[in-house]
Amino acid sequence: MSFKPESYQEMFIRVKSKNEGGFIPFIVAGDPDFDTSLEIVRTFVENGADALEIGFAFSDPVADGPTVQEADLRALQAGMTTQKGFEFIRKIREFTSIPIGLLVYYNLIYQMGVDQFYKTAYESGVNAILAADLPLEESKDAITASKKYGVQQVFMAAQTTSNERLEKISNLCEGFLYVVAVMGVTGARGDLQTSTVDLIKRVRSHTDLPLSVGFGISKPEHVTNVISAGADGAIVASAILDIITENLQDKETMKRKIAEFCQKLKEATKKNRLRF
Amino acid sequence: MINNGKFGKYGGIFVPELLIPALEELEKAFLKYKDDKEFNQELDYYLKEFAGRPTALYYARNLSEKLGCKIYLKREDMLHTGAHKINNTIGQGLLAKYMGKTRLIAETGAGQHGIATAVVGSLLGIPVEVYMGSNDVERQKLNVLRMELSGAKVLPVDAGSRTLKDAINDAFRDWTSSVENTHYLIGTTMGPHPYPTMVKHFQSIIGRETRAEILEKEGELPDAVIACVGGGSNSIGIFSGFVNDEAVELIGVEGGGDGIKTPRTGATLCKGTEGILHGSFSFVLQNNDGQISEAHSVSAGLDYPGVGPEHAYLHSSGRANYVAVTDKEALRGFELLSRYEGIIPALESSHAVAYAEKYAKMPENKGKTIVVNLSGRGDKDMFLVASEMGVEV
Repeated sequence: MSFKPESYQEMFIRVKSKNEGGFIPFIVAGDPDFDTSLEIVRTFVENGADALEIGFAFSDPVADGPTVQEADLRALQAGMTTQKGFEFIRKIREFTSIPIGLLVYYNLIYQMGVDQFYKTAYESGVNAILAADLPLEESKDAITASKKYGVQQVFMAAQTTSNERLEKISNLCEGFLYVVAVMGVTGARGDLQTSTVDLIKRVRSHTDLPLSVGFGISKPEHVTNVISAGADGAIVASAILDIITENLQDKETMKRKIAEFCQKLKEATKKNRLRF
Repeated sequence: MINNGKFGKYGGIFVPELLIPALEELEKAFLKYKDDKEFNQELDYYLKEFAGRPTALYYARNLSEKLGCKIYLKREDMLHTGAHKINNTIGQGLLAKYMGKTRLIAETGAGQHGIATAVVGSLLGIPVEVYMGSNDVERQKLNVLRMELSGAKVLPVDAGSRTLKDAINDAFRDWTSSVENTHYLIGTTMGPHPYPTMVKHFQSIIGRETRAEILEKEGELPDAVIACVGGGSNSIGIFSGFVNDEAVELIGVEGGGDGIKTPRTGATLCKGTEGILHGSFSFVLQNNDGQISEAHSVSAGLDYPGVGPEHAYLHSSGRANYVAVTDKEALRGFELLSRYEGIIPALESSHAVAYAEKYAKMPENKGKTIVVNLSGRGDKDMFLVASEMGVEV
């Protein structure tokens, strides 16, 4: 890889020193096709992304709503595979060092072989892996491989997660804790629930890990709210994928709109400008 | 979790974090009520008075004479709503009621599980919403109407292959948003722990009855038990009565579709490989990357690319044999039972009947005693069969 990846820890210290939160956009690798997808990631990086969440497309993504599922299907129809996904990461590493987290479903990891998947992830420049359907109970092999190759294993905390379970998750989780903002699957929402703010505060009281909040974060004010509530980063997915979906026929407009949206989202992480 | 929900290495809980507490709650309630006197009294009452248990173990004299074996049919087709599915929906529906859940959701392929859930919702006064692939909605119009008449709302799913697996995906998504008041009433032995164990528990009545009935009629255990396998609930139910009797051959019959050497098949154990789908580690029809393939079978209940994890265990340990029967062969099974016994089987069960004929014709099996689980009746499939036969209805 051309760049030595910055760690999540370094990134969060960097943004915190500027009194900001981390802005973390998401894309499915290869959506709508390999080259356009890569151009979109470049747009993210040039317009304020502090880290990247890259999804590997899966045919049956039960934790995701229709927006991500459509993106997954577009990528698969455009010929994406796990190997091409890693090639995608290596291409990203040619132009940026910001942390890269993978969002995958466990069957993709299992089919490649857990050890081989983490090895390839490390060699491609991935910082962290989160498998959406891999809870603590089934994560022994993944954690072993993550430690072997120094790829951090990320877990989720949800509104239904008990305090006792939060402690266990915090002990095993590395890099950052992914806080699921909503009761449900991914997808843009109109309003942020007050329970999201309560969850961030509850999780904060159990761990010193950086907290990145995702699921339903779709407007600058959502970003403002979660950062103000104590989160360290905001992950924005479906709202960006909506822009891709709506502009499939005009890629220049797509990239321009994504650039403008990213700038607004990044701006919304700047705490000294915020009132909550 | 109190138990890890594994059958050998298969099973487990591969779900998003949000669902873990709901599974823990369900496991706790299941372990509490499965041995609770009041719960079991109520369950027995409904199974007997509402569903119509016990079902007969019928000696199919004409078919036996034709095939040269003693063929018994476990008549789950005689149950209310027309299939074994009602055993599990009454069990889980009651459990949901005891847990204080105020809404039931379900997935359905052929429609039998959807109907069974709809009527149990009616019976217990709990609203029901059923996810169904839009292709299946089209294939099973009559069953959609039956669900709606029972007060259930049918939600067509247009994603993916528009069949059972996509209905399951959407039901999981719904449950992720509604775990606090909703019970997801899974219809087969797939899914995360505790579902495979719980569904087996509620379906094991088939095996207990069959064991007692065959001992009463024959004075000994059968040589073979044959049942169709989609997700695997009717088969695990009847197998459970004989799994510890090593001398009894257990045979699961998968939907072979156009044949297991073609891409159009639903034979997960015969053709699939190990993988994770819908919350458990089992066998899956998939490509080398782990992307799930679309399954095909003439029977909507068998075109599922996964299979319950206990079947994966019985397959890998060699305790049960799994075979595939093609669509054409299944249609022959459908006609065979209708013609010789006046019993029109569900297309799912027709796969088991078709394999029973093949099994009986093998010289080494001459004269053996075979139990075929007739998991459901074929009224629902008449339009489809008519179309296959070129008959206008």
